[in-house]
Amino acid sequence: MIADPVFWKVLGNNLIYAITTIPASIIIALIMAQLVNSALPGRPFLRFSFFLPVVLPLIAVGNIWLFFYLPGFGLIDQIGSLFGLPNTNILGSSETVLWGIVGVSIWKESGFYMIFFLAALQGIPRDLKEAAYIEGANNWQIFRRITLPLITPTILFISVIATINAFIRIEHLFSMTQGGPNYNSALLLYYLYENAFVFWDTAYAIAQSVFLIVLLSIIGIGQIFLMDRRVHYQ
Amino acid sequence: MTGNLKNVNVIGAWLLGFLWLWPLLYAIWAAIHPIEYQVRFDIFAPLTLFNFKNAWAQAPFAQYMLNTLIYVTLTTSSQFVVCALAAFAFARFEFPLKNVLFGLVLIQLLIHPEVVLIENYKTIRFLGLMDTIPAISLPYIASAFGIFVLRQTFKTVPKALDDAALIDGANTLQILRHVYIPLSLPTFVAYGLVSISYHWNNYLWPLIVTNSDDSRVLNVGLAVFSMEEAGVEWATISAATLMVTAPLIIAFLIFQRQFIESFSTTGIK
Repeated sequence: MIADPVFWKVLGNNLIYAITTIPASIIIALIMAQLVNSALPGRPFLRFSFFLPVVLPLIAVGNIWLFFYLPGFGLIDQIGSLFGLPNTNILGSSETVLWGIVGVSIWKESGFYMIFFLAALQGIPRDLKEAAYIEGANNWQIFRRITLPLITPTILFISVIATINAFIRIEHLFSMTQGGPNYNSALLLYYLYENAFVFWDTAYAIAQSVFLIVLLSIIGIGQIFLMDRRVHYQ
Repeated sequence: MTGNLKNVNVIGAWLLGFLWLWPLLYAIWAAIHPIEYQVRFDIFAPLTLFNFKNAWAQAPFAQYMLNTLIYVTLTTSSQFVVCALAAFAFARFEFPLKNVLFGLVLIQLLIHPEVVLIENYKTIRFLGLMDTIPAISLPYIASAFGIFVLRQTFKTVPKALDDAALIDGANTLQILRHVYIPLSLPTFVAYGLVSISYHWNNYLWPLIVTNSDDSRVLNVGLAVFSMEEAGVEWATISAATLMVTAPLIIAFLIFQRQFIESFSTTGIK
C-alpha cells in the first residue's frame, strides 16, 4: 500500500474531494436553510427543489449529470456556446474530472445538510433577534453575533457526517467516470472495490479496508459523541 | 427588512431553486422528446413516450422493480423485528455483560458496511447465498443504528406502564407488543423511512453479490444498462433513470414532511 503510487494519488484525490465538497456544501446548505426559513414566497417549492437530490440514488444522479457535462451536447456546453466559449470535456480531462465529481456531490448533499440547519434555525428564540433589531443591528450582525454561535454545534455535527460521506458515497463514480481518466477521479473506496472485485487482489484490498476502518472509526467516535449530546438536549 | 433587499432575496432564492432542479428538468426534457430534439430547445417539440418504451424493452425493469421491492421489504421488516427485540432487552433487562454487549453493538456504528465488503462477500459465499435477494439483505438486518435509536426511545417509556401491564397479566412479549411499540411508533416510522430510502438507493453491495437479472435491484440494473458499450441513446438512458427514480420522487412528493423529519431526527439517510 505504502509503495503503491496509485494509492497515494487516490488518497490525495479523496482529501481534495473532502476539503472542497464539505465546506462548499455546508455553506450552501446554510444559505438554503436561511432562505427556506425566511418568509419568502414559494417556500414549499424551494424546500422541494433543494431536498429532492437527497432522495435520488447516487447512481441515477451520476447518469443525469453525465448528460449535463457531455462535451458539445451537455447543458454546460450549450450555455457556453451562447457566449462563444469552446466546448469542454470536464469528465474526460485529468485536470477537471475531479471538479466535475465535486460538483455532483455538492448538488446531492447540500439539501441533506440543510434540514439540520433548518431545525437549528427554528430552535433560535425569536425575541433574541427582535431585541437585536431594536438595538439597531443589521442582518449581517444578527447572523454573525446570534445565529452563527447558536448553530455551531450543528455545524460540527454536519461536518462529521459530511466527512464520512466524502469517504463512503462513491456510486456516482460508477456511472460517471469509473475513476478515470488515469485514476484522476478515483476515491479510496472505489479503488478498494476495484482491487477486490475487478483485479481480485483480495489481500491488498483488505489492507486498504483496514486503513479505511481506522480512518472512519476516528471520525465515527466523534460522531457518537455528538449524537449522544444531541439526544440528551432534545 | 427593506423592500428592495427582500426582492433581491426572493430572486436569488428562486434562481437557486431552479438551478437545483435544472439537472433533473434536463433529464426529463431529454426523456420526453424525440432524439432529434435532445439538444434543441424548442418549446413546441413533439412529445413522445418512445424513449420510455425503448428503455423498458431493452432491460427487464419490471423484474428489477420486483426484486427491489422484495429486498427493501425483507430488509426493513427484519430490521424492525431484530432491532425491536434487541433494543427492548438493552433498554429494560439486566443481564451479565450487558454493557460490554451494548458496547459491541455501538462499535458496529463505527464500521460502515461499505468498508467490510470483502468479509461480507466471503461470508455470503460460504453460506452459498450468492446471487440471491437474502444475500443483499443479510448484512443489514442486525442494524446497530436501529438498536441504538429504538433503545433510546424505549428508555423514555415510563416503567409504571410495565407494572400496570404485568398486573393485568401480560407477558414480556405482550408488553413489548402492546406498550412499547405503540408508544414508539414515530421512531419506527422515522427509522423505517430512513431504512427504505437507504436500501432503495443502495448500490455497491447489491452490485457485488448479484450477477443475474433474477436478483438484480433497480440501481444495479440501471447501471449495467447505462454502461453497456453498445452505445445506448442518451434519451433512453434518461428515460430509464427517470423510471427508476420515479417511485422515489412520487413518494417524496407525498410524504415530503415525514421524509425531512425522519432524516433530521435520525441523522442519516
